[in-house]
Amino acid sequence: MSTEIIPYTIEEREDTGVNNAKLGIWLFLTSEVMLFGALFSTYIFLRVGTINWPVGSSFLSVPMAALNTVFLITSSITMVMAWLSLVDKNFSAYRKYMLLTILLGCAFLVVKYFEYTAKFEHNLYPSTNTFLGLYFTMTGLHVLHVIGGLIVNIYFLFPGSKMWESNPERFKNRIEIAGLYWHFVDLVWIFLFPVLYLL
Amino acid sequence: MIGIQYGLTSLIFLFFGFCLVMLMRWQLAYPEQPIPFIGSWFGESNAPGGIMLPEFYNQLGAMHGTIMVFLGIVPLAVGAFANYLVPLQVGAPDMAFPKLNMASYWVYFLGGIVMLSSFFLPGGAASSGWTSYAPLAVVASVGQTYWLFGMFLLITSSLLGAVNIIVTIIQLRAPGLTYFRLPFLVWAQLITSFLLLLAFPALEAAAVMQIMDRLAGTSFFMPSGLVVSGEVLKYTGGGSPVLWQHLFWFLAHPEVYVLILPAMGVVTEIIANNTRKPIWGYRGLVYASLFLGFMSFAVWAHHMFMTGMGTTISTFFQTTTMIISVPSIVIITTLFITLWGGSIRFNTPMLFALAFLPMFGIGGLTGLPLGLNATDIALHDTYYVIGHFHYVVAPGTIFALFAGIYFWFPKFTGRKMNEKLGKIHFVGSFICMNGIFFPMFLVGLAGVSRRLWDGGEQYAHAQGVFRYNETMSIFSWVLALFQLIFIFNLFYSMWKGKKSEENPWQSTTLEWATPTPPPHGNFEVTPTVYRGPYEYSVPGHPTDYLPQNQKV
Repeated sequence: MSTEIIPYTIEEREDTGVNNAKLGIWLFLTSEVMLFGALFSTYIFLRVGTINWPVGSSFLSVPMAALNTVFLITSSITMVMAWLSLVDKNFSAYRKYMLLTILLGCAFLVVKYFEYTAKFEHNLYPSTNTFLGLYFTMTGLHVLHVIGGLIVNIYFLFPGSKMWESNPERFKNRIEIAGLYWHFVDLVWIFLFPVLYLL
Repeated sequence: MIGIQYGLTSLIFLFFGFCLVMLMRWQLAYPEQPIPFIGSWFGESNAPGGIMLPEFYNQLGAMHGTIMVFLGIVPLAVGAFANYLVPLQVGAPDMAFPKLNMASYWVYFLGGIVMLSSFFLPGGAASSGWTSYAPLAVVASVGQTYWLFGMFLLITSSLLGAVNIIVTIIQLRAPGLTYFRLPFLVWAQLITSFLLLLAFPALEAAAVMQIMDRLAGTSFFMPSGLVVSGEVLKYTGGGSPVLWQHLFWFLAHPEVYVLILPAMGVVTEIIANNTRKPIWGYRGLVYASLFLGFMSFAVWAHHMFMTGMGTTISTFFQTTTMIISVPSIVIITTLFITLWGGSIRFNTPMLFALAFLPMFGIGGLTGLPLGLNATDIALHDTYYVIGHFHYVVAPGTIFALFAGIYFWFPKFTGRKMNEKLGKIHFVGSFICMNGIFFPMFLVGLAGVSRRLWDGGEQYAHAQGVFRYNETMSIFSWVLALFQLIFIFNLFYSMWKGKKSEENPWQSTTLEWATPTPPPHGNFEVTPTVYRGPYEYSVPGHPTDYLPQNQKV
């Protein structure tokens, strides 16, 4: 069934002030909040039940994580710039910023890769202790979210960007929505970093 | 239409889940006697000589629960009914995201395949109950891993579906269709979808952690020093089995309302239509449901009074549990009062809808002693619990869904289901359902555990009630015969049923304002809504119903 007949795919509904996709992504993000919320609750639950909780930095590298924080926050900014470029109808600027966003996301993954392998080299695995179990599960799930976001962004940089010719308004909305997701992924990291590395 | 795909698939799963329990009922009624006729089908590893092994019984139990809840009722009540009816009742051309809708169905289908395929694994399917309590589930055979991945797919499907339903209701309402003009079924689906959206991720997180425990050797749910078969497990420990229960029930309690709210919605539509009266206290019904949805997130630990989580927490959850019974009573009372003074049409859908009320009443009221800490400790692990929730879900929700199928069948197919067969189906199911589930209360009050493979044969305190096992089992097999009538009726009426007119029940809501089957885009012209959903017997109006889209 074609989507053309469905109202409010592009334009906003007057009484709700949003279009369908934007409401959809916010609902999706609330459920994501619950997902990570459950993991953070687990962290609290297990930590308060433990006598000796290790300091995160005794296992983990704070400088590397700080670098990653910089990467992700910057990528959020470039993501906004990509969308703003489309608002200004500047497609080449969009491509530049989107590429930058993707590269920063990849840089995050590369750093994460080195972090993980460094743990494995020291025989630190998820099964080693509860803290590391939480660390690998929470960051692992976050990494999956980053990869998902990267796939979406790469799609919109290359094949998906054809829509800019046929339906620029809708394409702009799509980038905004991909951006909302990307900011959420960024935000999760902002919580993970202090909780796992610093506290 | 995806709604119909959902409907048929989930009905097949429902029947399959029912078959599993019929096997279990043989073992409970006649412990350690070979299963007649089909006993040799299950192989030496499950039923040597046709006699069911305890391990196989556990698989059947776990998969019965899982299939009925996650593959049967939720996809039928939400997947099928919401997908088909919500766009029509809000006057929308389609669901807001048609592709997502399709994805949601296929992910559900895949989840079902994964669940079913796990029966063929070495060690069989998941056998740690539909609740998959740790640490038992963590050390269980590989079937449990399949269960977790299957749940993953089912959760994903539900989330996609929930987003789609909410957006459709909020964004695609027809002009003039304000929130308080929505049929109650739409409200029920809206609240249900929010429950799915917000509760399911907790189980998703828990499933990730159980997968980690099983595959990566973490100890989220594993306590220190656990000994299995005389050997200390290699887990480092420090985890908490109670944590699994918290996360699981944080999903599974709202899930109870996911099962019941759409049923209440269906029943409300049918009662209003067949009493030819407006619903008494429509707004109260909506507010009660909203409160119910909200409170359902704050009662989960009443499933966990036995875990020793502490009296303060128990008292808190006991209190919230008593509070949540209030809106349920409001909803049921509203429907009962609606019957008052109506000239009731006793057709098949109405019979099922009427039966829903006392059946849900019994299910609900028997839940009160379980919500109170002191009585729950005595009753918790007995058949009483099984009786309680089956009354809510089986003669409750399933009856409501049958009512819905009979009622909207003319919309799906343009034909009516056979009334005579429908009434036989109703009477038989009604008697059998009570014959199965009522004795469970007696067995439970006698203190018989609900987890016994032999139905309590070897326990002295079970001797007085053991004979009921046979009664219940016979009723369950007879119930199956009456379902064959339904299946026959369904397919017979699809092709040979009496042709129905466009609005066979003289209903007011928008789904009857489209041609059957609905064309591309559902409505020929976008309908405009002028009034609430239940304008029946309006004084001074020539017919006894006033459709929502009719201008006067």
